[in-house]
Amino acid sequence: MTVLEAPAAPERPRAQDEGQLERATERRNRRTYLALLLPGLLGLLVSFVFPLAYMVRMSFNQGAPDGVIVETFTLDTYIQPLTDPYYWRVTLDTFQMGVTVGILCVIVSYPVALFLARSTSKWRGLLIAIAIAPLLTSAVVRTYGWMVILGTNGLINSSLGGLGLIDTPLKLTNNMTGVTIGLVEIFMPYAILAMISGFGRLSPQLEEAAGSLGASKFKVFTRVTLPLCLPGLLTAFLLVFVLSISTFITPRLLGGGSVQVLATEIYDQTTGLLNWPFAAALSVILLVLFGLIIAVYQRLTKKIGG
Amino acid sequence: MSSANASSAKVFKPRFNPAKPAFGALVFLLYLFLLAPLLIVFVVSFASNQYLSFPPEGITLKWYEMLPQESTFMEGMKVSLIVAVIVTLIVLALGVPAALALDRFEFKAKAAVQSFFLSPLLIPSIVLALGMVLLFGPLELNNTYAGIIIGHVAITIPFVIRTTLMSLATTDTSCEAAARILGADSWTVFRRVTLPIIQPGVIAGGVIAFIVSFDEAVISLFVAESGLPTLPVQVLRYVENSADAAVAALSVILILISLAVVVVVERVMGLRKALR
Repeated sequence: MTVLEAPAAPERPRAQDEGQLERATERRNRRTYLALLLPGLLGLLVSFVFPLAYMVRMSFNQGAPDGVIVETFTLDTYIQPLTDPYYWRVTLDTFQMGVTVGILCVIVSYPVALFLARSTSKWRGLLIAIAIAPLLTSAVVRTYGWMVILGTNGLINSSLGGLGLIDTPLKLTNNMTGVTIGLVEIFMPYAILAMISGFGRLSPQLEEAAGSLGASKFKVFTRVTLPLCLPGLLTAFLLVFVLSISTFITPRLLGGGSVQVLATEIYDQTTGLLNWPFAAALSVILLVLFGLIIAVYQRLTKKIGG
Repeated sequence: MSSANASSAKVFKPRFNPAKPAFGALVFLLYLFLLAPLLIVFVVSFASNQYLSFPPEGITLKWYEMLPQESTFMEGMKVSLIVAVIVTLIVLALGVPAALALDRFEFKAKAAVQSFFLSPLLIPSIVLALGMVLLFGPLELNNTYAGIIIGHVAITIPFVIRTTLMSLATTDTSCEAAARILGADSWTVFRRVTLPIIQPGVIAGGVIAFIVSFDEAVISLFVAESGLPTLPVQVLRYVENSADAAVAALSVILILISLAVVVVVERVMGLRKALR
């Protein structure tokens, strides 16, 4: 055997064989990609689809005190949260928290994102990394940090008290104020990330052009910069909004039991009152709220980006 | 590190503009706000005050020395490490092949399958957590390692898929085709050609999956609060009940672990790309 013989020159297949060959490779390809996809799909089925499906089914059961569950098919679990004023209050509070956190977060993230989008500094990469790195730190730790800053004996109250500016400590934790401040900071990296990606069309040339045509700084900002940033700002707002309405750790810790939102209510119903069908119904309501907002968002981005 | 866009460099220098330093100061303050909770935890962890208060009275390492004796933290650390390591291995084994299929093959439902793999990130974790605790009840998986691990697989797979796809997208398939023509079988092609190409994505996805699982608190809280509390669950409980600084020292260690992950991801593929 000589080396020359090793890679046998492929014989040119006759025309009628070509289709067969193609089909054979297609079949083999099919087997390969199905084998590659299957483990992942099964993993998601078990850890994602089954739990959600089971929860939706559970929401149509009847809950009784002490964790007794009556297997049935009823809408009672939905009627209660939709008719009881208390749950309307909780849902509205959740919604309001989402809007407030979303707006404030966009306001504080915008200058940073604008700075990062325009920067030509060699430190730009590092500064972007620093701005989004908090995403990968524990939400519990960051919330704890805010408890240290905002608490009765915390940084702010001690400093203001030490300076003689206040007599009684400001109430910044165990209420919505604390939860809002904490959430605004915690979601800033998400907002900044969404904005940098959304500011694609922003270019210094456009701003310079407007300036050289006689527009004032203020006009350049309101007529050129801001409109170009709008899609990015909207994306960031909606992202922070949906993250806020479903977040649990921060309302629990900084709210200290006196802030009730849908997420804390779901937890209480699950572990405290053991009313699983009811907790499931609240979750489905939260999911529907979520789905609606994402649908609206996709409509809007199509319109703006179109 | 991404290089600055050279073409957008200013051609002529504008005159001094007082708005510029003001804007710079504003951005600096906002960075300070963003990093405030992490920075304050560092300060408190070295302060000798017995209870949480300001200003620090002195510098001490006693909170760090206390950590090994705090058995709840050590237990939680053990549980979280075991869970995070196993979750990472599982999602790499599930996610990398799936990403390969999504990038290297053509099939009808491709876009739908890809959205499906990324969709767990769109579902609030409290909702997923509730679904899991309900489903795991009759299966007797609550308060077990298996339960927490299954719970974390859903929320970490999207990261691995995304980073691996990102690595695959930046390369063309000609190297693999060349290897195949030269007679390599599919396994050799994967091991010797594809794997080196996707290595950055796999590493980034793996360490992100690790830290997301290690820091995850909501699913762990629902599924295993009473029987097998993870470290974040222990920290959560501790913070609710006491005000000393031991938990600050622990938080610093958690922040340093996150920082290590950030550095690795930034090095291999860029944090912004990986978390997009």
